[in-house]
Amino acid sequence: MAPLLTVEDLRVTFPTRRGPSEVVRGVSFTLGRERLGIVGESGSGKSQTGRAILGLTPPPGVMTAKRLEFDGIDLRRATPAQWRSLRGARLSMVMQDPKFSLNPTMTIGRQLTEMLRFHARMSAAEKQRAALAMLEAVQIRDPDRVFRAYPHELSGGMGQRAMIAMMLVTEPDLLIADEPTSALDVTVQVEVLRILDRLVRDRGMGLIFISHDLRLVGSFCDRVLVMYAGRVVEELKAGDLDKATHPYTRGLMNCLPQIDRDIRPLPVLKRDEAWAR
Amino acid sequence: MATQANDEGRDSALLSFAGRAGGVAVTVLLTFLGLLLATFLIGRVVPIDPVLAVVGDRATQSTYDQAYKALGLDKPLAEQFWIYLQKVVTGDFGTSFMTKRPILEDIARTFPATLELATAGILIGTILGIPVGVWAAVRQGKLFDQVVRVLGLVGYSAPIFWLALVGLLVFYARLGWVAGPGRIDISYEYVITRQTGLMLLDTAMQGEWEAFRNALSHLILPASLLGYFSLAYISRMTRSFMLNELGQEYIITARVKGVPEWRIIWVHALRNAAVPLVTVVALSYATLLEGSVLTETVFAWPGLGLYLTNSLQSADMNAVLGSTIVIGAVFIGLNLLSDLLYGLLDPRIRRRA
Repeated sequence: MAPLLTVEDLRVTFPTRRGPSEVVRGVSFTLGRERLGIVGESGSGKSQTGRAILGLTPPPGVMTAKRLEFDGIDLRRATPAQWRSLRGARLSMVMQDPKFSLNPTMTIGRQLTEMLRFHARMSAAEKQRAALAMLEAVQIRDPDRVFRAYPHELSGGMGQRAMIAMMLVTEPDLLIADEPTSALDVTVQVEVLRILDRLVRDRGMGLIFISHDLRLVGSFCDRVLVMYAGRVVEELKAGDLDKATHPYTRGLMNCLPQIDRDIRPLPVLKRDEAWAR
Repeated sequence: MATQANDEGRDSALLSFAGRAGGVAVTVLLTFLGLLLATFLIGRVVPIDPVLAVVGDRATQSTYDQAYKALGLDKPLAEQFWIYLQKVVTGDFGTSFMTKRPILEDIARTFPATLELATAGILIGTILGIPVGVWAAVRQGKLFDQVVRVLGLVGYSAPIFWLALVGLLVFYARLGWVAGPGRIDISYEYVITRQTGLMLLDTAMQGEWEAFRNALSHLILPASLLGYFSLAYISRMTRSFMLNELGQEYIITARVKGVPEWRIIWVHALRNAAVPLVTVVALSYATLLEGSVLTETVFAWPGLGLYLTNSLQSADMNAVLGSTIVIGAVFIGLNLLSDLLYGLLDPRIRRRA
């Protein structure tokens, strides 16, 4: 079976006063209908990798790649019209904080039905029904109320469920989740993740899960890419995390607190110039 | 069950609305009282003797004292203010001795002229200024943005009386595209009876279409000038509000959703930028309504600004105070309106009440 997404030598460059700065430096991977985790520290290029796949590298940044194909479509040559029909319909993304990623002056219902407006031929009543059903699917107990609510009237967990509902209502093939639980309370995180996990499994979608939380990614994904300074330094099966060989991954693993052992002083993550080369 | 909950919700919403309206009313009353106190005190401290204004400077001491008493100036200041308050509340601002008419009548005659001019100006400024500002934000740094920036700078910095004179010279004297100073040609002045005081409305209601065209031709140049000045400000503010909104995360969400660019700009971003814009437009309108003294002078526009200037020059304190109160009231009213619109446009404010 042909992979859903093929990325080869993806690079994202931003011009700065001191010359171009490459934040993603030759990332390659393929993705089927599976769950791929990308981990790394802040500034490792994981979020820019996700944005680049959606063609949303913020200007003046420039994205280049040897290959960037989604289901046989060369994304590098996609026209704006092609992008509009891909985004939302087949590719979508859940972002970090629903406080900022939802439009504050539109009701949740309008934001959900707007997704269908551009990607599905439905009557207004059908759109509303689909949106309500989707809100129910993310385990919102009173979808009618949430449908009519504005984002500020929802808690963070509710807002993120609404966001997930919006991004999945068109049944896309690939979802990029960029730190989808980082802004949420720890107690809510697990629940939101469980919802996301079930929806992705049920629909057989591809998922790219971007996070800085190695253990979370390990328990949630099939495969993990570890990024450092814009490069993939290690690729692992999620079950083999403790068999990681790269010193950076090992370093990350060693930093995790352990319940049965007091590891004080906490180890400091060592960085080596050579890994970035 | 559900309807009951709904009713309760509506009742509490109504209650909170009533509560808020009460709060707003108290604020407005207090502000207005402060305004009256300020104008009253100004009237007492300016070095103009109101008695002399009544009796003339060759009156005998006894006449002077009589008038002094008649005007109530021998009473304590607090009592004087109380009397002033009672008069103002009943619409009695005294008599102008320039025109020998009650101030209220004078204001009712001059204010509509200013209202008409300011409204035309703000309409031009808003209808053009917002799209121009939005587009300048979208094309940030490109040619369109630069041109708008330069035009805005000219709008800020060129003296309005100079632009007005040049405008008259070019469009009235040279090209003859528009009518000259004044609100309407003298030949039409007595054709129409005064109803609203708004020339365009009066002529239209009476079906005097020739007079309507004439009034419009008089209005268009000063209104465009005022419109240009508010356009410079409104477009600048729109641009910066839009740049702020276009950098927000929900714009990325909209892009991820595959929403077309026009809709991202004109629906998603502008809808959010509209919230602070309301205040900008309302305050620009208030500035124009204060009576653009210079514009009204150059165009011999018989509005509040011209009336106020003339009153000041002839030390007609009653007229000055009366106009000040009207201007202040307009300002308070527009502020109130923009607050209400704010609540209407921003759901976060609407529900907090």
